[in-house]
Amino acid sequence: MTRSIINISTTAEDHHIAKLTALAIGLHILEAIMPSPLPGVKPGITNIVTLFVLYEYGFATAAWVSLLRVFASSLLLGQFLSPTFVLSLSGAVFSLCALYVAQHLPKKYFSAITLSILAAFAHIAGQLIIVRLWLIPHTGVAYLIPIFALAALIFGVINGLITRKISTNNRLFKNKSLYDAI
Amino acid sequence: MQQRTPLKFNNKPLAGDQLVIIASFALVIVLFQQFWSFEHASKLKIRQGSKIVGTYDLDQTRELHIHGELGDSHIIINQGKVRFKQSSCNNQYCVHQGWLSLAGQVAICLPNQISLQLVGAKSTYDSLNY
Repeated sequence: MTRSIINISTTAEDHHIAKLTALAIGLHILEAIMPSPLPGVKPGITNIVTLFVLYEYGFATAAWVSLLRVFASSLLLGQFLSPTFVLSLSGAVFSLCALYVAQHLPKKYFSAITLSILAAFAHIAGQLIIVRLWLIPHTGVAYLIPIFALAALIFGVINGLITRKISTNNRLFKNKSLYDAI
Repeated sequence: MQQRTPLKFNNKPLAGDQLVIIASFALVIVLFQQFWSFEHASKLKIRQGSKIVGTYDLDQTRELHIHGELGDSHIIINQGKVRFKQSSCNNQYCVHQGWLSLAGQVAICLPNQISLQLVGAKSTYDSLNY
């Protein structure tokens, strides 16, 4: 076997991003094979990973994980540069924008639930804009907006609750004394 | 890797969360009202070829016989709704479409070149091209 000439030096953070992205890719593919009553209505469980990373490691890592996940999953599913990929990317970019703004909300009043809902709404807004401008340039798309918004609200709340639970457990686990206290 | 200040260990939605949930729910309701409000039509516009045969009030009971390319089409208006009863075409798609009552709905008999278009208080788009 010839030795690789290119040697990419990686940092511990790179490895960490890679691990978290792998988790997000797994969830993305799991979701891709899940049947859906209406194309586009999906639970968005990969958002849990993005939110968790945002809380635990900051926005930059969350953006890396989210965007790498979109690219890597589309390559694995054979959807790279297809409409599905573009929708996925626009959704991810829009929800990252929403999270970038929402992360500054006071933590005392706003938890992962708020961030999850806002990210879900931004995600669907990003996708609907692409659908309207490029895929289905027809006003009939407007009929789908309420359904998508309702789905975004429901799954946003559920994903937010899950993120909070995971985040709390993670912190309790890290902080052994607190873990013993409970 | 930077560590953030720990959050409170509490899983109930916070005050802000509750506010966001309520606001989002209100938004969803508004969206349903905005996009899913279907207006009942008040008038019927009948076209034969490129000509408008006539505009009829929907609030009446009336039977019309419109002469098309192949022959007569029998159209019934019945208190706010309208349908093709019979048409001189092969596939009878226009007849199978049944009753129409909402603004923006259309029934078209292509072989006979006759179309029914329901019009409400404000005109809606049936399609956009560009």
